[in-house]
This record gives sequence, C-alpha cells and structure tokens, in this order.
Amino acid sequence: MPRKNRQDMPLLDPEERVLHFGEVALGYDEEKALAEAERCLNCKTPLCMQGCPVNVDIPEFIAAIKEGNYDEAASILRRKNNLPAICGRVCPQENQCEKFCVLANKGEPVAIGALERFVGDYHLARGEKPDRTGERKDQRVAVVGSGPAGLTCAADLARMGYQVTVFEAFHKPGGVLMYGIPEFRLPKKIVEGEIEYVKSLGVEIRLNTVVGKTVTVDELLEEHGYDAVFISTGAGLPYFLNIPGENLNGVYSANEFLTRVNLMKAYKFPEHATPIMVGDKVAVVGGGNVAMDAARTARRLGAQKVYIIYRRSREEMPARKEEIARAEEEGVDFRLLANPVAIHGTEEGWVKEIELVKMELGEPDESGRRRPKPVPGSNFTLEVDTIIIAIGQGPNPLIPRSTNELQVTERGHIVVEDEKGRTSKKAVFAGGDVVTGAATVIEAMGAGKRAAQAIDEFLKAYF
Amino acid sequence: MYEIVRKEKLAPGIKLFEIKAPWVARKAAPGQFIILRVDETGERIPLTIADFNRDKGTVTIVAQEVGYTTKQLGRLEPGDAVLDFTGPLGQPSELPDSGTVTCIGGGVGIAPVYPQVKALREKGVYVITIVGARSAEYLIFTGELEELSNEFYIATDDGSRGCKGFVTGVLQELLEADRSIDHVIAIGPVIMMKAVTAITRPRNISTTVSLNSLMVDGTGMCGACRVTIDGETKFACINGPEFDAFKVDFDEQLRRLSFYRDPEAKAMAKAECRIRNAKGAE
Ligand SMILES: Cc1cc2nc3c(=O)[nH]c(=O)nc-3n(C[C@H](O)[C@H](O)[C@H](O)COP(=O)(O)OP(=O)(O)OC[C@H]3O[C@@H](n4cnc5c(N)ncnc54)[C@H](O)[C@@H]3O)c2cc1C
Ligand code: SF4
Ligand code: FES
Repeated sequence: MPRKNRQDMPLLDPEERVLHFGEVALGYDEEKALAEAERCLNCKTPLCMQGCPVNVDIPEFIAAIKEGNYDEAASILRRKNNLPAICGRVCPQENQCEKFCVLANKGEPVAIGALERFVGDYHLARGEKPDRTGERKDQRVAVVGSGPAGLTCAADLARMGYQVTVFEAFHKPGGVLMYGIPEFRLPKKIVEGEIEYVKSLGVEIRLNTVVGKTVTVDELLEEHGYDAVFISTGAGLPYFLNIPGENLNGVYSANEFLTRVNLMKAYKFPEHATPIMVGDKVAVVGGGNVAMDAARTARRLGAQKVYIIYRRSREEMPARKEEIARAEEEGVDFRLLANPVAIHGTEEGWVKEIELVKMELGEPDESGRRRPKPVPGSNFTLEVDTIIIAIGQGPNPLIPRSTNELQVTERGHIVVEDEKGRTSKKAVFAGGDVVTGAATVIEAMGAGKRAAQAIDEFLKAYF
Repeated sequence: MYEIVRKEKLAPGIKLFEIKAPWVARKAAPGQFIILRVDETGERIPLTIADFNRDKGTVTIVAQEVGYTTKQLGRLEPGDAVLDFTGPLGQPSELPDSGTVTCIGGGVGIAPVYPQVKALREKGVYVITIVGARSAEYLIFTGELEELSNEFYIATDDGSRGCKGFVTGVLQELLEADRSIDHVIAIGPVIMMKAVTAITRPRNISTTVSLNSLMVDGTGMCGACRVTIDGETKFACINGPEFDAFKVDFDEQLRRLSFYRDPEAKAMAKAECRIRNAKGAE
C-alpha cells in the first residue's frame, strides 16, 4: 500500500498575518491528525526517539492517536514531557525526532511535532487536572527561574512528592516562552495553560523575586529551609555590537524589543501602558530564531521595510529553516554577508542609518562554519530608523556574584560536573541556558528532568 | 499584591507611599530601587527607595506624577495595592565613613537623598544637605533632613523659601567660602546633576550621581538602561544606579530619557479621554 504524503500544516496567508499577532500555524484538525498518525509505522526500534532530548515515547503516543484515544495519547506524552503544547510548536523537530524517523530518508518524516501539538492542545482544552494522590515528602526544593528548565524540574520533583517553590524575577512565569517567543508563534494562553498544569501538580510559584537581590541562594539554603536549589535562570543578558552609535535612540536589544511586545504587550499600546517605538524602516542584526522573531514582530508593528543583517551566508544561519521561510514570506529583506560597523544618528540623537561592511567567507572556525571577514573598502549604508540587535545573550551575573562557592566559566556560565547538573556547591544544581548558553526549549527541559532525578538521588542520600 | 499602608501628599503632584513588601524591606539599602507595576495592563517603572522599615516590612517610595503610571499610582489609597513590586535592585550606595559630605537633592530627587543622609549620620559623617525645588510648595522632606543634617540649605527657583536660585548656587558659595568638602552626592534632574558635576570636577571633589534611566526589567536583561561610563556601555540597573559623576555621559542620558516622550504623551491623552468618557457616561 503506498504511503500517504505528509499532511501539511495550514498557515495563515502572509498578507493577512502581518496585520496582527494571531498565531500563524493553525494546527491539525482531527481529520489531519488521524491521517498523519496513520503514516507512522510503529517501528520496533523507533529511531525517532533517539532524536528526542526527553525521550518521549513517540510511536506509543501516535498509536493512541490512531485509536482516537487522545486522553491516552496525552498521558503518554506527559509522562516525559510536561509542556507538549509548547514543544509541538517551537521544537526544532527537523533536527531531532523527525530527522531520525525512518521515513525521513524519503524526505517526508512523520510530522511528530504537529501531532504532539494536536494532543497537547486537546489536553489543555479539556483542562484536566493531574491526580495528586502520591506520597508527600517533607523536603523542600527551590527552583530559580521559571523558564522551561525550571518548570520541568519543578513539575518532576512535585510528582515525586517534594515541596517545590519556583522563584521568578519577572511578574509572570515562563521565561523566554513568555517574554521572548512572540504570540504569533506561541500564544501566551497556551503557555499559561501549561503553567497552570504545572501548578496543579502542587508547585508554588513566587513571582517578583530576583534571586541574588531579593534573596540569595545561600539564604534559601541556610535561612529559608530549602534542602536543594536548582538554578535555571537562562541566558538573558543581551550582547551588543560595541560599535559607535549603539546608544542612539531607536536602538534596541532583541530582548528589550521582544519583552516590551510579548511580556508587556506593547502591541496593544495604549490599552497596555508599555510603549514601543518602531519606525518605517527597521534593521535586525543577527541570523538566529531571535532575529527572525524580532523581524516578524517589527513587520506586525507596522514597519514597511525590515532588513535582516547577517555576517555569514544563508547556510550558516542558525535560525530554523521554517522560521527563515516565514520571515521571507512576510517580506523581510535579507542582507547577508554584511556586518555593521557604525550607526549614524540625527542631530537630536535618533538613528538615521546603519553603516555596513561587506563580508566574505574564509576558512572554517571552531564551530565548523566558515569564518566571515570584511572586504576592505566595501562599506555601504542603509537608511533605517530602528535597529534591533539580536546577536546573542549570555547568562545573567546576579546569582554567580551573590553565591559563595559557585563556579562559573569565563563567560559566566555555571559549571556543572556532569549532565545531571551538579554544581561546585553542595545541594545546588543548574541546567538550561545558564549552563549551555542560549540553546533550545527542549534541551532546557531535558536538563531540568535530569536535574530532578539528581536532586531526588541527592535528597534520598542525605536525608 | 503589595498593600499600600500609608499615603501622604508631600507637594503638588508628589506623593509618598509606604508599601508592604517584607522580602524587599529585609534587603533594602540606601541607593537601591524597586520596580513596580500597578495593574495587569500596567508598565513596569523604577522608583528609588526613599526609606524602609525591616520590622514593619515596609518600603517607602516617593513618586512625582509625570507620566501615565505615576498618575495611576497617585490615584491609589491606603488599603489599595499594587500588583507587582520587585526589589531591592541595583547596587547599594558606597558611602564614605568619615569626612564632610554634601548631599544635594533636587525636586523629587530629595526623597532618595534622605536614606543616604540618614546612613551617613549613623556613621558619624558630617553632612551638609542642600535641597532645591521650583518653589517652596514643591520642597519635600525638609523637616526630616534639617533635623538629621549638620547643616541644611534650601534653594528655590523663585526664592519663595531659602536662597533664590539653584542648589548649585549654594554649593558654589560653600566652596568659595573655602569650606572643605570631601565628597558630593547629587540626586535629581539630569541637568542638575550635570551642573553640580561642572562645579566639583575642576576642584576634583569626588561626586556620586544616581541615574534614573529608562528600565524594563531592572535585572540586566534588556539593556534599556544603557549608560556610557568612561566611554564604556554599562547597565544602570545592575552596575548602578549610582555612578562616579566624572565618568557619566550626561548628554546621552538626557537624550535617552526622551525616547518615549511621544508615545507617553499619547497614552496620557488617551487616559484623559478615557476619564472624560467615563464622566460623560455618568
Ligand atoms: C526570541 C527567542 C526565540 C526562541 N525560539 C526558540 C524556538 O523556536 N525553539 C526553541 O527550542 N528554542 C527557542 N529559543 C531558545 C529557548 O527559548 C531557550 O533555550 C530556553 O527558553 C531556555 O530555557 P531556560 O529555562 O534555561 O531559561 P529561560 O527561558 O531564559 O528562563 C529563565 C527564567 O529565569 C528568570 N531569572 C533570571 N534570573 C533570575 C534571578 N536572578 N532570580 C529569579 N529569576 C531569574 C528569568 O526571568 C526567566 O523567567 C528562543 C529564544 C528566544 C530568546
Ligand atoms: S521512526 Fe517515524 S515511523 Fe518509526 S515510530 Fe518513529 S515516528 Fe513512527
Ligand atoms: S533595565 Fe533592563 S537591563 Fe537594565
């Protein structure tokens, strides 16, 4: 019997979608989900699973979909993944499960991500609460940061019966899911729904608490009675280019730009009080997912012309292929092999133009990507009024600065002894972007899961 | 929710709020600030800590009603609450242990000078305080500061109280009278801090200023609060808000503060028409 083609993901029309922040990818309906699930071969040795950082039982949950038993599919998913509606949307499946799927060598792997999203959404809509009848333990664990790493670790520990408090600096939990990834890619209602689920496991979330300022890690252990701490504060410190003119009015870090729009809802200004200023012409510097999100957000805020400026070529762009394609459909203009050297301003101190130098690719560097180098005398300018710098983020220094005996690397990442996230300090564990540098949602979740295991072992050994 | 336990009208458009926030109060130190958000659609705004009481678990802030959020805050009464209140943020002041220190506060900037004067006097430092405002009715904390300080001077633009003129005039006079001053702390409008620095720099009197940059998170994750210090970009929220005045690029600060002037005006206009509409419906 010939295999059916992969079901495509229905998308909003580009011309319509740049007019608002509604979700672009619409998701499968039941018919599509069933048709796609039918394509899965239910392999004896499912290769897909080796590509999944949290080891979701992929053929098993897909089999449950085939039977129309979506509740069962959800509970299989949730066994390994606390945030399926989120992962189904933002995981780079093309590099993970779908890359290893046996059908991938014919070019059409099972759409595992789309199916995960279908089940995740179904389950959220049902609003079901987990059963919390398990044993309750006395030990208390503090989780610092409520991004995917922290939420996952907290949920797993709560399931094991520990008393877990998550401390979050912002006024809303979710980390990058809430402040970074835009509504049109990951609706905040979905994130809130997934967080409600984590809370329903018994996890307490304490907002507006900046660890390192409001309370320190040492105080959590010594004065507040926590038996272990998991640090998952992400990589939130924005890097700048350090070129002249970078502090002119109209230059944002991607973090500021996206936080204003996503977390503070500046796109609903003035109903929401936080302002954002976007001119007609915007340049976004960088080639990752963050740059794509910033560019597409700028289009939705009314910018007529949006450039992506990236110093290497398309092949080296770290953004997902899918995200690059979406940005292109929305009219974003890619200026590749170009690097900013200065930003020029008006007399009043507003951005007027960005000066770039053309680049060419030389020998490969440590990352294996060909190293870009400037072409002498090739400077040119683009007239823009807003510039968004999206060249990466590092870990925030507040916790390392305020915690005794916590070892960090030269770039500020917390040093862990093994993949379970043990740090140089007793009873303190770390995982997610704060350890690895900016990575992915699912890798952060994987780190949170492994740390929950390690914390469980630690607490059992000591108490 | 963080309850307002006391509200005082200090001057036209300047209000004091004592807010219940035990975790913040426990760690607060002079020179630090908090970020608050009034309600679910509100903006996060930074305000310098004007006082704190660890036993009562309260933190005092003083807000001048200049924008949408400070007006929104101004309408709250004791018993009401703000939705979010985060802190203490920024570095505590590094205060000298001895000598003579002149503390200068301008306008609403007088409020954050108060905990510094208090801390300095507790250390036994000789404190000369100079406060200034447009006119007598805009002066705040004068009673408390006069009581605490070894010497206390007032300047008003219109001469309605104290000397007629600016705080810089008083500072200049002290220096011309050969008073020895070891350190100056100036908090107020950027223009004032810049003018104070113009006087202290040539005399090489070390000077600290507190920068009220635009902020979003207050924890180093957005860079909205960028300031140029000695030619290098720093984040006011984690490296400051207090800096060595000789190293600050004040003109850049002034310019960056005007970033959102247009949308802010729009929000205010909209808010006013909302209020008007509400009245119209009565
Ligand atoms: C714009 C953008 C788009 C992205 N798109 C994708 C994508 O499509 N797919 C994908 O897989 N990945 C994507 N990523 C990367 C992914 O979001 C991150 O790798 C992931 O969120 C890291 O999780 P985390 O839990 O380690 O940290 P974070 O999500 O960064 O969460 C850290 C949390 O800790 C809090 N915190 C920080 N310091 C303190 C402190 N001192 N005290 C208390 N709390 C603190 C922060 O406020 C935050 O809430 C994207 C990232 C960005 C910025
Ligand atoms: S490898 Fe592909 S076909 Fe095989 S079980 Fe996994 S998803 Fe199904
Ligand atoms: S306020 Fe965001 S980095 Fe300082």
